[in-house]
Amino acid sequence: MASNGIKDRVAIIGMGCTRFGEHWDKSVDDLLIDAAYEAYESAGIAPEDVDAYWLGTMGSFSGLTLSTPLKIPYRPVTRVENFCATGSESLRQACYAVASGAYDVAMAIGVEKLKDSGYSGLVVGQAPNDGTLGNITPPASFSLLAPAYFKKYGLDPEKGKDVISRIAWKNHRNGARNPKAQFQKEVPLESIKNSPKVADPLGIMDCSGVSDGSAAAIVVRAEDALKYRKDPIYIKALSFIAGPGEGPMSPEYDFTTFPEVVASAKDAYAQAGIKNPRQEISMAEVHDCFTPTELVLYEDMGFSPRGTAWRDVMDGFFDLEGKLPVNPDGGLKSFGHPIGASGLRMMYEMWLQLRGEAGPRQIDNPKLGMTHNLGGAPGRCVSFVSVVGRSLG
Amino acid sequence: MAGIVSYGSYIPYRRLKRSAIAQVLGVAAVKGERAVASFDEDSVSMAVEALRDALRGAPGPSVQALVFATTTPPYAEKLNAAIVGAAAQLPAEIRAADSTGSSRAGISALLAAADAVTAGAERAAVAMADCRLAAPEARAEQTNGDGAAAFILGARDVIAEIEASASVTREFLDTWRGPGERFPHTWEERFALTQAYTPMLTGVIRNLMAKAKIAASDLARIVIDAPNPRAVDEVVRALKLDPARLADPLAATVGQTGAAHAGVMLTAALPAAKPGDRILVAGAGEGADALLLRVTPAAAHFRPRHSVGGMIESKGEVSYANYLKWREILPTEPPRRPDPDRPAAPPMLRSERWKFGLVGSRCVACGTPQLPPQRVCVKCRTRDQMEPYPFADRSARIATFAFDRLAYSLNPPTINVVIDFQGGGRFLCEMTDCEPERIAIGEEVEMTFRRLFTADGVHNYFWKARPRRQERP
Repeated sequence: MASNGIKDRVAIIGMGCTRFGEHWDKSVDDLLIDAAYEAYESAGIAPEDVDAYWLGTMGSFSGLTLSTPLKIPYRPVTRVENFCATGSESLRQACYAVASGAYDVAMAIGVEKLKDSGYSGLVVGQAPNDGTLGNITPPASFSLLAPAYFKKYGLDPEKGKDVISRIAWKNHRNGARNPKAQFQKEVPLESIKNSPKVADPLGIMDCSGVSDGSAAAIVVRAEDALKYRKDPIYIKALSFIAGPGEGPMSPEYDFTTFPEVVASAKDAYAQAGIKNPRQEISMAEVHDCFTPTELVLYEDMGFSPRGTAWRDVMDGFFDLEGKLPVNPDGGLKSFGHPIGASGLRMMYEMWLQLRGEAGPRQIDNPKLGMTHNLGGAPGRCVSFVSVVGRSLG
Repeated sequence: MAGIVSYGSYIPYRRLKRSAIAQVLGVAAVKGERAVASFDEDSVSMAVEALRDALRGAPGPSVQALVFATTTPPYAEKLNAAIVGAAAQLPAEIRAADSTGSSRAGISALLAAADAVTAGAERAAVAMADCRLAAPEARAEQTNGDGAAAFILGARDVIAEIEASASVTREFLDTWRGPGERFPHTWEERFALTQAYTPMLTGVIRNLMAKAKIAASDLARIVIDAPNPRAVDEVVRALKLDPARLADPLAATVGQTGAAHAGVMLTAALPAAKPGDRILVAGAGEGADALLLRVTPAAAHFRPRHSVGGMIESKGEVSYANYLKWREILPTEPPRRPDPDRPAAPPMLRSERWKFGLVGSRCVACGTPQLPPQRVCVKCRTRDQMEPYPFADRSARIATFAFDRLAYSLNPPTINVVIDFQGGGRFLCEMTDCEPERIAIGEEVEMTFRRLFTADGVHNYFWKARPRRQERP
């Protein structure tokens, strides 16, 4: 498979991100307008300077969702959807559009409004079908990882629960330092461990926040970036992989890994020229939809050797002060997870951190950041990995 | 001569203690417990269980006719027997009918299937099941039970010949239920006991014995099912039958299973029958049917996989509160989740063998079994080299599992299991009839046909896993 990448050919010159959470007083239109205008202002451009748009959302349809509220003057707007990796997919399309030379300035914007449904958790509609597709909710399908991982690596259920609880604890601790996060409060480990069960061993505190929000990025070709600002960030790698869905069909799959993540991380590292991610990556935003997901991702992305991520978790390796801070903005867990916006929210943290604007959670002198966004379920998912840096080369 | 070639039966896993009903409602308790179809079962799904068991015992020529008997058909308009036939993977080229309206429907259907054989069908099947409701505080709420039986009839390889039959039909009023009504009405019970069940059963059995030229002492086993069990005592007295030869009415362990009951009692009695034994089977409704069976030497070698005795012992409790919720007698707070969509007709037709029969595929190129059926092999990626591969009768082991407390269920938590089939094939499905604390990686499961939910009046049937049930006591 050829995956040539577009290392250092595209730069992000401005971003916007609403606070994530329960926006009872804001519509999808409001959230899009807020994020888009923050991005225009951040890049120092006017709306009419953007040549083309990619809109990521699961719940709203067509480019008109964006062009109507923003009154975009007869420009291309493409609505994209790729499960929970929708936001990252919109960014990837916008980057390729400017890299190809088809457009000079493009915006990727993601939005979701989950709190208006009146339902608990995420609700995904299905095409008319034969009624055999199953009745498993996202927390339950990701909880399949827990007993499998614990058993494979000899963690008794109590130890396993300690490990996943500490991941939630870390992400809430980071989110407490973020004025745009849905939950800006540290949560004691004991409350996390004892939270009401949703899909054993997962409690409600092992699940990402259901929320509303929007985030946007403006991209240009790298050679044009300095015309807009002195401190853009550069795309080093963009990888997107859809799996063949073998997990639920092949007994070889053991529910302790996402082969799609392994493939997309490998691809992204090759594009960016990274040999040892554990040492070369300064920080990462990963798809912590549920705590066991983050645990398994550490190993799939090569941050920890197989079977050892749980030790790194307990040692604080991924804490804000650790060697490789993961989810410094609070992650899906604490920042919230409005589906179409999440991938761009991850990139927003890279934008702030690489440019020294992350305030009380600023990581010391980061050079390379990584975002990872996942959609689907263990054994059958799509995975996105990006690498971004603050300088060329 | 037409006779029974094979049989099967099904008693659901759940039991409701009658004392538990009495305690809540403050009424008198009948002794023992009753079998309760789970929230995901109905007369069709239970009939499928019994019929699959009966078919396993009848290799050879395929069935040419199917009658499904019940007083509780899931559909008032739409052939319920077609669902039973599809799930049991009967061929499409069969005659099929529903037989309903009376607790006697099961025996009437058995006689109709026998007639089909006499008329030339090589094999005919009858599946009888019931899942009857009675209003809280009704005595029948305690004495009813849920269950199913099935028989394969044929002219060759029979284990019990039908030597004679007799029927009577009378119009009288005892139990009735109109369209749209959930609970039946009943007349004062002395009337039917003295004026209907006792005289009609006595008459039809006397007539049968005269036809077959046999005396009461020739009967080795006597299976009589009457809506009012006291009629059986009266019949025994009137005909001077030997009470010691009466088959267990399963009153204390299962309850009266409606149209299936005479059949269930017969399947419980058959394993102990010896070649040469004569068995009387009679059932009553608006009239009565009776038939005389003569057990053949072939019966000595015949055993269905599941026995009534084994299924009576393989059980778990259900509380009266849950029973009321399962039957939607007690309305509950709806979940904060969307209602499921009804399954769509065209995809259901396209995947009929998969959805109803759990038939997957196996790649001819590399031999890998896979489900749902695929066109491109999950293992070797070869395209369109698949053969049908049935999974319904294969056992499997749990690879991993999840308790889902967010998904809506009448029996939370929903348990999802990833299972690996013996011989290959992996599937993620729901687990039923199990105690959550006993779910573990490596546990053995088997597949069972269930009603997942009903949306817009469409019953969505598909397969679930359950712990392997004890095969014989």
